[in-house]
Amino acid sequence: MRQVRIHGRGGQGVVTAAEMLARAGFLAGHEAQAIPSFGSERTGAPVVAYCRFADGPLRTREPVLAPDVVLVTDPTLLGPVRPFEGLAPGGLVIVNTTTDAPTVRDAAGARDVDATVITVPATTITMTHLGKPKPAAAMLAAYAAAAEDITLDAVVQVFDARFPGAIGAANAAAAREAYSYVKAELAGPTHGLVAATGKEASDA
Amino acid sequence: MTTVHIPFLQTGTLAVGGRLLEDEERSVQSQADRPSSLTKGHRACQGCAEALAARWVMDTAVEAADDKLIVANATGCLEVFSTLYPESAWKPPWIHSVFANAAAVATGIAASLHAQGRDDIRVLAQGGDGGTVDIGLAAVSGMFERNDDVLYVCYDNQGYMNTGVQRSSATPTSARTATTPAVGCQPGAPVGQGKSMPKIAMAHEIPYVATATVADLRDLEHKVRTAMSIHGARYLHVLVPCPLGWGASSAESIRLSRAAVQSGIFPVIESRAGELTDVQPIRQRMDVEEYLRPQARFAHLFKPGGEDALDRWRAMAERNIRHYDLLGERS
Amino acid sequence: MREVLEGSQAVARTVARCRPGVVCAYPISPQTHIVEALSVMARTGELADCEYVNVESEFSAMSVAIGASAAGSRAYTATASQGLLYMSEAVFNAAGMGLPIVMTVANRAIGAPINIWNDHSDAMALRDSGWLQLYAADNQEAADLHVTAFAIAEELEIPAMVCMDGFVLTHATDVLELPTQEQIDAFLPGYEPKQVLDVLHPTTIGTMAGPESFTETKYLQHLRFLDAADVIQRWSDRFHDTFGREAGGLVARYDAHTFDRDREAPGANAEDIVVVAMGSVLGTLQAALPELRAEGIPVRLLGVSSFRPFPGGALRDALGDSRHVVVIDRALELGSGGVLTGCVGRALAGTRSRIHSVVAGLGGRPILEESLRDVIRRAHSRDLPTLEFMDLKAGGIPRPPVGATEVAR
Repeated sequence: MRQVRIHGRGGQGVVTAAEMLARAGFLAGHEAQAIPSFGSERTGAPVVAYCRFADGPLRTREPVLAPDVVLVTDPTLLGPVRPFEGLAPGGLVIVNTTTDAPTVRDAAGARDVDATVITVPATTITMTHLGKPKPAAAMLAAYAAAAEDITLDAVVQVFDARFPGAIGAANAAAAREAYSYVKAELAGPTHGLVAATGKEASDA
Repeated sequence: MTTVHIPFLQTGTLAVGGRLLEDEERSVQSQADRPSSLTKGHRACQGCAEALAARWVMDTAVEAADDKLIVANATGCLEVFSTLYPESAWKPPWIHSVFANAAAVATGIAASLHAQGRDDIRVLAQGGDGGTVDIGLAAVSGMFERNDDVLYVCYDNQGYMNTGVQRSSATPTSARTATTPAVGCQPGAPVGQGKSMPKIAMAHEIPYVATATVADLRDLEHKVRTAMSIHGARYLHVLVPCPLGWGASSAESIRLSRAAVQSGIFPVIESRAGELTDVQPIRQRMDVEEYLRPQARFAHLFKPGGEDALDRWRAMAERNIRHYDLLGERS
Repeated sequence: MREVLEGSQAVARTVARCRPGVVCAYPISPQTHIVEALSVMARTGELADCEYVNVESEFSAMSVAIGASAAGSRAYTATASQGLLYMSEAVFNAAGMGLPIVMTVANRAIGAPINIWNDHSDAMALRDSGWLQLYAADNQEAADLHVTAFAIAEELEIPAMVCMDGFVLTHATDVLELPTQEQIDAFLPGYEPKQVLDVLHPTTIGTMAGPESFTETKYLQHLRFLDAADVIQRWSDRFHDTFGREAGGLVARYDAHTFDRDREAPGANAEDIVVVAMGSVLGTLQAALPELRAEGIPVRLLGVSSFRPFPGGALRDALGDSRHVVVIDRALELGSGGVLTGCVGRALAGTRSRIHSVVAGLGGRPILEESLRDVIRRAHSRDLPTLEFMDLKAGGIPRPPVGATEVAR
């Protein structure tokens, strides 16, 4: 079983991201489940949602406590919501930010956590294509670039199904750019090391 | 040979029947095969104007709907006196659910009929003032706002008579009820003048709003017929004296209704889409005292200290006369 | 076709395929997604020959459903929490008049303090309203239950609530397989009301009944409720035979080792601890209990699918020889314990049973697998009190931290 936790702010499409992730996971052949943590939160308030993949039936309804993957769609949440909390050893953290992994670790108070940290300017990328700060597709594409759970094609496909036409196309474009960005980041000298050792912060 | 004295009914009379009129001018009640929708055997009090009004309303509506009428009734006297198991005094299909929801139940019936393609069947909802202006107001307003195809009839006897004469928000100023006793410095209902449901209905700009009384049953019949010729939400407000609650003789119900109209206390009007379209002028002006004095619920008005309340009544009548031009001074 | 769907969407689509004649809608979380989805289908024509009525309150939602049902239409609405209480007078009335309305209850806590999250307090407050109450363990069952609910309600002339945990199920997305239109058309008979407001055969519905006749009226209502158990089981069997999966029934039995749902699973043994629960926590228990089995704790799982009528006989059968029961209860009877526990206790009266009431998940507090295991371990070591509040924090009412997530709550 793979467990994902998504942190974001109300209005960023966090709940949609979890659902789209489940759909993309299903397309990849997994059983999938998305659980939004709904509150009375209004636009801008911290929101969290969960997703699980498995190859057998998914029955539990408890929130994801020990995620393998954490997506953070707003870098200002790194401090307040403790996104590294409960992260499985060697877990993957993908942050929507224009800064780099060491900065993220500092902000989150997670310098020495055993994790791979990927950064992607998902909002910047999404603004150029979609014109709205809804970075869900770009975040999921970054996830597709960094792990085997889902594919870029599946991400494009589920957004296109939900938002047919121009919005789906814009999300697809944002997804492709974010995917390439992360692939390049992973291939680069620093992050090549990161992915291998998971100790980029101390090396930086 | 014995002789029986038969009164001569003048052509054009307002009396029940009108058998001297031409066929097309006769009332539904004058016909031998009248629907008798609220039929004999019910347990209404002697002199109950609500029973009289309901019979006229229902028979007219049944005839206008070509016998295809379904009725939703709020809890209240009308429901209790007509349907004590295993008896029912209702000939049309009739349902009672709870106190506050007659309008919504009627909406459900209308929605169901529409979904079944049975728009030929008409829907009527009815209740007293408590079920309409108080506890049922939200459902009535919702039905109006959606413009559901329902005729809602309120029989206004100005209080909770079924439960033993307590104040409702339709109870007028200074009236004695079981919860506004005629004692102390402000005897009777201390606040309010009787919530004007017709005005509230008009504010919804529904296709048709009218008021009527049992003093002019042909007018009541005319208004039901008019309402039934229209689709959408319609509202009819009928003043129905309650001998028990008003503390008046059973023989006075018609006379009190007439006094309410002729004194200016109860304007008889018609409205379409929120616009006032017709006002019945006062024909023989009566003083408010002629309305108030026969009613024991106002007895304290005619004792020392009742002058202020009487003044308020006169002012209310004057306001209505001015507002609705009941004396025809502006036309 | 297996597809990924939000629970509310699954319910809405299934309800639409049951071809209701009138749907009444009033918003309240966490039920809103269902009636929103139905409103779209009403506009697109997917929900054909149906009147969709936006009402001004839940009280009117139930009242419109009453009128529609009495006029001969299959009527549906959905609500939760305060909304269920606000309509409660009409809820009792619908049952008394024998109108087979189906209503989804997206179970949610009752205020004060106001709380929009899941527990079972709302439906439990109306447990004696005369409605059937069928509880869904997951979103597949939530969707499927609506098909059987219409069939059962209409056969019995008793209205039915399909209860599904608010947010936990209504807002969760799962891989589901919805019954198709063709399948439902073949499975669910058309609605043929036995009493209807008919202008050709007029009837009076909703008369007053005096002291001479009220007791007998209620007694007949009681007898029909007794009949309901067989009818529920029969439609559940038929659903199982037709669709190859479980939906509803009286109780849900589970395999002793895999904790897969298994209608053939034998009753529990004398040494077994049986966990009795209702709703989505059954899934969490399915996931949590195998670890205890591996530790050597003899634990079994038993779900209550029909809370009303309460299936005392089916419960006793499934308990077999076990008399050690831990009830996970999502509603609290103040001063006593869990509401479900009370019903289990009544069903086991005189059987010398050891029954623990574990009150859990009130107002959306997540029920964690580890907390469940802890409770069972303590029951096994005879260290669990008769009444336990799961994960109760000491020291008064905790304040949520800044930026609290559901986990932190």
